[in-house]
Amino acid sequence: MTTPRVSVLISGATTAEGVRGDLYITDGVFADPADAPAGVERIDADGLLALPGLVDLHTHLREPGREDAETVATGTLAAARGGFTCVHAMANTDPVTDTAEAAEYVASLGERDGHCQVIPVGAVTKGLGGEELAELGLMATSRANVRVFSDDGRCVNDSLLMRRALTYVKPYDGVIAQHSQDPRLAGPGACCHESEISGRLGLPGWPAQAESVIVARDVQLAELAGSRLHVCHVSTAESVEVIRWAKRRGIQVTAEATPHHLLLDTTYVEGFDTTFKVNPPLRTSEHLEAIREALADGTIDTVGTDHAPHARQDKDHPFDIALPGMLGLEQALAVVMEVMVHTGRMDWPTLVARMSTTPAEIGRVAGQGRPVAIGEPANLVLVDPSARAVVERDASASRSRNNPYHGLNLPDPVVATYWAGRPTYRR
Amino acid sequence: MKHLLSAADLTLDEVNGILDLAEEMHQVQTRPVKKLPALRGRTVVNMFFEDSTRTRSSFEIAGKWLSADTINVSGKGSSTSKGESLRDTMLTLDAMGVDAFVIRHSSSGAVAQAAGWVKAHVVNAGDGQHEHPTQALLDAYAMRRHFREHDAEGWAGKRIAIVGDLLHSRVVRSNVLLHRTLGSEVVLVAPPTLLPTGVETWGCEVTSDFDAVLGECDIVMMLRVQRERMAGGFFPTPREYADGYGLTLERLERLKDDAAICHPGPMNRGVEISSEAADAANSLVLEQVAAGVAVRMSVLYHLLGGSDEGGQA
Repeated sequence: MTTPRVSVLISGATTAEGVRGDLYITDGVFADPADAPAGVERIDADGLLALPGLVDLHTHLREPGREDAETVATGTLAAARGGFTCVHAMANTDPVTDTAEAAEYVASLGERDGHCQVIPVGAVTKGLGGEELAELGLMATSRANVRVFSDDGRCVNDSLLMRRALTYVKPYDGVIAQHSQDPRLAGPGACCHESEISGRLGLPGWPAQAESVIVARDVQLAELAGSRLHVCHVSTAESVEVIRWAKRRGIQVTAEATPHHLLLDTTYVEGFDTTFKVNPPLRTSEHLEAIREALADGTIDTVGTDHAPHARQDKDHPFDIALPGMLGLEQALAVVMEVMVHTGRMDWPTLVARMSTTPAEIGRVAGQGRPVAIGEPANLVLVDPSARAVVERDASASRSRNNPYHGLNLPDPVVATYWAGRPTYRR
Repeated sequence: MKHLLSAADLTLDEVNGILDLAEEMHQVQTRPVKKLPALRGRTVVNMFFEDSTRTRSSFEIAGKWLSADTINVSGKGSSTSKGESLRDTMLTLDAMGVDAFVIRHSSSGAVAQAAGWVKAHVVNAGDGQHEHPTQALLDAYAMRRHFREHDAEGWAGKRIAIVGDLLHSRVVRSNVLLHRTLGSEVVLVAPPTLLPTGVETWGCEVTSDFDAVLGECDIVMMLRVQRERMAGGFFPTPREYADGYGLTLERLERLKDDAAICHPGPMNRGVEISSEAADAANSLVLEQVAAGVAVRMSVLYHLLGGSDEGGQA
């Protein structure tokens, strides 16, 4: 909360639905532009789109524990530069967010340092150990108001424990966000997609099915429990098919795709550049195509960045030893525009649904993912739909440099971001 | 040539150049005084982050016989075991001004990564399950001598079976790439659980029926089965493995008359190779070891011997 609220009149912006008009932000909400006093700050937004602030269900802010890789301050500044007004901070910090106190601490860091709303994700199991449930209820009823629970980075592999977690969070309207990876089929050494490339390079790979077998199990457990499952970072065509089946059946399952699984394929590992080591791994173009199609038709509900900063010393290792993960917040919108909008697969209202409205609903976040309309919270991103730039990893607000888009020519859309009336980023 | 990282980096002329010079180097091994002055004043660092006896000693002898100063750095006891990154370890030794690194690492790709960080020449002495180019060169050297002895020079039409744990073998990957350049035929034989993903794209015949291809091969190269694979569920028992994929006495007798046997060592006698096969007259196992020194002398000379615009000397 480092930036004060402002009053500003944004003139000539166009909404996702194509309606052109003025926006007046004051007291943290959108007000009637007719009420804007003379002399209020004006921004000419001619040619710009006014979209609701983006919401990320999957962010690693690394604080507490690895402040050398990212902090709440730097991670949320990267979020603001990417057009986000709300991020969910994953639980795999040190200490793990597995108690009410830990969750409230992360929330308080967000209140103190955040350039967007920070909502803690609670761990499903104590210490991410996969053996005993964490204090899910106390986290839900804490001031942090946790609704999303995840052992992300690890899979809740024990079927009984997964069933219990799904069942237990129902009264809190919680959702279990699963990192779907069979730990035997994709063993500890697996560091890329199992394919002709992994076979040739002699890198231990993990097959697509190590994800989809867990998704197939989990959707059935969600049905059994009558509870909500969210599938993190879907990376395979097989998982998409399972989720499609589950949705047809009425199972309460939602799913996310990451920007990198929309744009980058496994050929990037050929040079052993550990920037491209990520889990789940970059897959083949057939999988990318299935993910894109699923994001367009709604089988995949949201884009989750899986923004995963790592300090250089954790990446300067051989490929199988380097830590997995890549940055995502700053280029997420650019990638979705490039892959989905500019190709005609998706219109702007659908992009807003995938990147703002739906993730806010899944996380039960009131005040985010709302329309750009009078009386609503002033969470806004102004988008230039035609600007492009070559991504430069050193020009990042993140403390880390593991940016997989470095050197690529991509859309450069974000002109300004307002979080509840605070200008958190202005180009 | 700046580095030798992959067998695929070598043109046919380069391969022949390395093998031809290795013939000359081989003569040195028979002399009472074995030192040549070729690399006097050059420093070669053997960095072995993974245990090795034959490859490391072979490179060390090769360097010494060319009068290079060779030092050995092993992974255990070096700063890597204290958590230093590979990059920092490489930069530290590179800053000392050495001329070449010979690197063995348990991670695929680690040697290529290291080559990107240093100014000195780099030789890949085996990276994970990826490549081991000098092994493929010394195998080719031993095979070529064998063919010449049998008045059957030339690689065209030669059929080489590589049998065993292809999934985890860097030797097979380098051999396949080298023989693609040489123009010989490679047949890959393994139980289905030990075939790499995508092996069908390697341009080789692939089979799990050793007996079907045994009688038509000029070279049978048996790969070591690592002990941990035996317990890893890749196949039920060593006995069953030997029955399907071992070079048993029975299979030895069915080889062509002029066929030869290779093994990169160390051998598991009784598993992938019987003692009869290992010690047979047509076994090239010890010739491979001898060839290792000559080929590595040749490789070091090719990297460091001429005018050295790439190095930091």
